[in-house]
Amino acid sequence: MAEKSGADILVETLLSLGVDTVFGYPGGAVLPIYDALYQHPTIKHILVRHEQAATHAAEGYARSTGKPGVVLVTSGPGATNAVTGITDALMDSIPMVVITGQVATNLIGTDAFQEADTIGITRHCTKHNYLVKNPSDLAQVVQEAFHIATQGRPGPVVIDIPKNVQVAAAEFSSHRGLENNRYQPQTEGDYQVINQAAEMIMAAKAPVFYTGGGIINSGPEASETLIELAQLVGCPVTSTLMGLGAFPAASDQWLGMLGMHGTYEANMAMNKADLVICLGARFDDRITGRIDAFSPNSKKIHVDIDRSSINKTIRVDLPVVGDVGRVMEQLLAVLKGRRFSSPGYEEWWSRIAGWRATNCLEYPENKEEIMPQLAIRKLWEATHERDPIITTEVGQHQMWAAQHFDFEKPNKWLTSGGLGTMGYGLPAAIGAQLGDPDALVIDIAGEASIQMNIQELGTATQYRLPVKLFILNNEYMGMVRQWQELTYESRYSNSYSDSLPDFVKLAESYGWTGILIEDPADLEAGIEKMLATDGPVLVDCRVAKLANCFPMIPSGAAHTEMLLSPEDVKGTMDDQAKALV
Amino acid sequence: MHIKDEIVERHVLAVLVDNEAGILARIAGMFTSRGYNIESLTVADISEDHAISRITIATNGPPHVIEQIIAQLDRLVPVHSVRDLTESGPHVQRELALVKVAGKGENRIEAMRLADAYRARIVDASTESFIFEITGTPGKIETFVALMREVGLVEVGRTGVVAISRGPDAA
Repeated sequence: MAEKSGADILVETLLSLGVDTVFGYPGGAVLPIYDALYQHPTIKHILVRHEQAATHAAEGYARSTGKPGVVLVTSGPGATNAVTGITDALMDSIPMVVITGQVATNLIGTDAFQEADTIGITRHCTKHNYLVKNPSDLAQVVQEAFHIATQGRPGPVVIDIPKNVQVAAAEFSSHRGLENNRYQPQTEGDYQVINQAAEMIMAAKAPVFYTGGGIINSGPEASETLIELAQLVGCPVTSTLMGLGAFPAASDQWLGMLGMHGTYEANMAMNKADLVICLGARFDDRITGRIDAFSPNSKKIHVDIDRSSINKTIRVDLPVVGDVGRVMEQLLAVLKGRRFSSPGYEEWWSRIAGWRATNCLEYPENKEEIMPQLAIRKLWEATHERDPIITTEVGQHQMWAAQHFDFEKPNKWLTSGGLGTMGYGLPAAIGAQLGDPDALVIDIAGEASIQMNIQELGTATQYRLPVKLFILNNEYMGMVRQWQELTYESRYSNSYSDSLPDFVKLAESYGWTGILIEDPADLEAGIEKMLATDGPVLVDCRVAKLANCFPMIPSGAAHTEMLLSPEDVKGTMDDQAKALV
Repeated sequence: MHIKDEIVERHVLAVLVDNEAGILARIAGMFTSRGYNIESLTVADISEDHAISRITIATNGPPHVIEQIIAQLDRLVPVHSVRDLTESGPHVQRELALVKVAGKGENRIEAMRLADAYRARIVDASTESFIFEITGTPGKIETFVALMREVGLVEVGRTGVVAISRGPDAA
C-alpha cells in the first residue's frame, strides 16, 4: 500500500463517500487540507465569509438534498464560529460532518496560537466528535463520522484534525471498506407494538396525526407513505414547523401547523383528540404549551428513532422506536391486513369544521401599508407553481411564512426550528441553491435577522447563485417587540432596528439587484420583478411596522387559550409565565 | 414565584463503554449539561483486550428523569449498554474506603475497637495513627466514617460504588 499524507487521505476518503461540495474557510491549521483540495478539483469548495455561514449553508444543502452537509474550518476561531451552526444541526437533526483544523498534537494544551478545545466545546453540541491523533486512523474515522451523521436520528459530527496529522503520512488504500458495528440504530418497529398501534387507531373516534421533521429526515418516500396512511385512516393531519411539506397543504385533511403560532383548528384538534399519533416529532415546548393541559384526554402513540425523545416531556401510551418511514409502512401493512377502512369520523370532522370557521389566519386589511402576511401570500401565489425552496431567518417573518406559505412537498422548507438561529436563512439558501442549481430559492427574512449573516451576499455573488432574498422590513425585532407588548406593557427595550443600512444600495454594492417595495399597490409588480431578474436579488419590502403574529399560544398557556387577535392581548403576565421562553 | 423540588430516587447504573479518549468527559458532561446528578462514578477497563470499560454511576432523580438518563446514556455512540441495577432486581453494591485516624490514648483504643466491629483492616499504623481499609455498602462506610470523626479522623478516600447483579446472569 502506498503512503499518503493525512490531508490526502481525508480528501480521498471524502471523494469515496460521494462528497461533491464542501463549505469552508481556510486558516493556518487547515492549510494542508486546502492544498490537497487544490489538487482535487472534483470537490467543489464554497468559500463563505464567516464560519457560522458555512455550517448553515451545509444545513441548507443537507435539508434540501437529503445528503450530509460538509464543513471545513480552521482551529480556534474557525471552530468556535461554527459552534452555533453545529448546535443548530443537532437541534434540528440535520446530517452534517464538520472538519476542524487543530494545532499540532505536541502543542495541544499549551494555549498555542488559534488553539481552542474544539472537542471539549463541541462535545455536547454534536452527535459525536473525534480528535484524530494518527493519520492511519483518518479514513476509518471519516467513514464512521458519515455513518453516524446520517444514520439513526441524523446530526452533526465533528472531526478535529491536528495540523501535523494532516502533514504526516500513513498507508492508505482507497478500496478499504468499513463495517460499522458500534452504531446500528433500530429502524424497524416491533411488530407486536405496531399491531397495538393499529388497534388503537381502529378504536379511535377522534384521531389526529401529529407529524414532524423526522418524516423529512426519513426521505421523500416517507412523505408518500404518510399521504397513503393519512388517506387510509381519513383523519386530520397537523405538523410541527420542521415537518412542513411532508404532507401537502392542499389536502382537505391538512389542519396547518400546530403549536405556539399554529392554527386554531390544529391546536384544538390536538386538545380534543382521543388519539394522537406522533410521527417523527418530539413534543417540543413550542408544540405542547402548558404540559399538564396538553391533549389531556387522548391516548398517545409516539414513533421516534431516538428513544430518548420518548417520554421526555409528555408521557405516551405506546412508544414505537424505529425509522418513522419504515414504521408507517409497517403500520399501513398491518391496517390493510386487518381490512381497516376509515369510519369517516363524521362528528370529529364537523367539530373541526367549526374550529376552521374562526379563520384564525385572517389579518386586518390595510390600504396604506403592506401587511406582512399579504406579502407572503403574494409571494406564494407568484411562485408556488415553480416548487420553490423557502428558507427563513428567525422571528415573526418565519412564523408568517410557516402560516401563509403553503408547502406541498418535503425538502422545500428550510428553517431553524429548535435552536431558533437568526442569520440562518441566507447561508441556508446558498447551500440549497448549490444542491439544486435550477431551483427557485427564496430566503424570507426580517431586517434584523438578515444582518446576522449579511456578509454572505458576497458568497452568492462569487458563485453566481441566483438566490432571492425577500426582507419583510418592519424596523423592529418584531417577535421581541411582540413579546414586550404581551408581557412588559409595550416597553420596547432595545427591540427597534435603528441605523438600518439602505438595503438596496447594500445589495448593489455586492453585485446583487436591489428592489424596494413600499406601497401595497406595488407589491405584486415588485415580486414579479424579483422573479424576472436573473442572478441574486434582494427585496426590501417595507411592511406594517406594528403587525403581530397571530394566532398565538402565550407561554405557559394551554392549546385552548389561544390569542387570536391583538384584542386578546392583556399586556402583562404573571411571573410563572414570564419565566418561560 | 418559587422553584419546586421533586421527590428523588437513588439508582445505580452499570454502563459498558468503548475505552476511548474523552469517554469519561462525555458521560460526566452529559450529566451536567442536562442537569442530572452524579452521586458517585467509578470507571475501570474490564475486558481482556482493554477495549471496554465498565462505568458504575450512582445517580438520583425522579423516575422520569432516571428513565431519561438511561436513554440519553444509551444514545451516546461509544456506549454499548446501560443497565439500571436498582430496577433490574437484587444486586450487590460495594465501596472501598481508606480512613486515616490520628490520636493517642482512649481515642486510639476506641478507633481500633470500632474498626474491629466494622471489619475494617489496618493497612498502616504509626504510634499516633492508623489507616483503615473498609469495604461495604455506602451506608456502612458512611456510618464508619461518622464514628471515626469522633475519635480523630484525619482524612478519608472513597472509591465510589461498584455494583453487580445477583445470580448467574450478567445484568
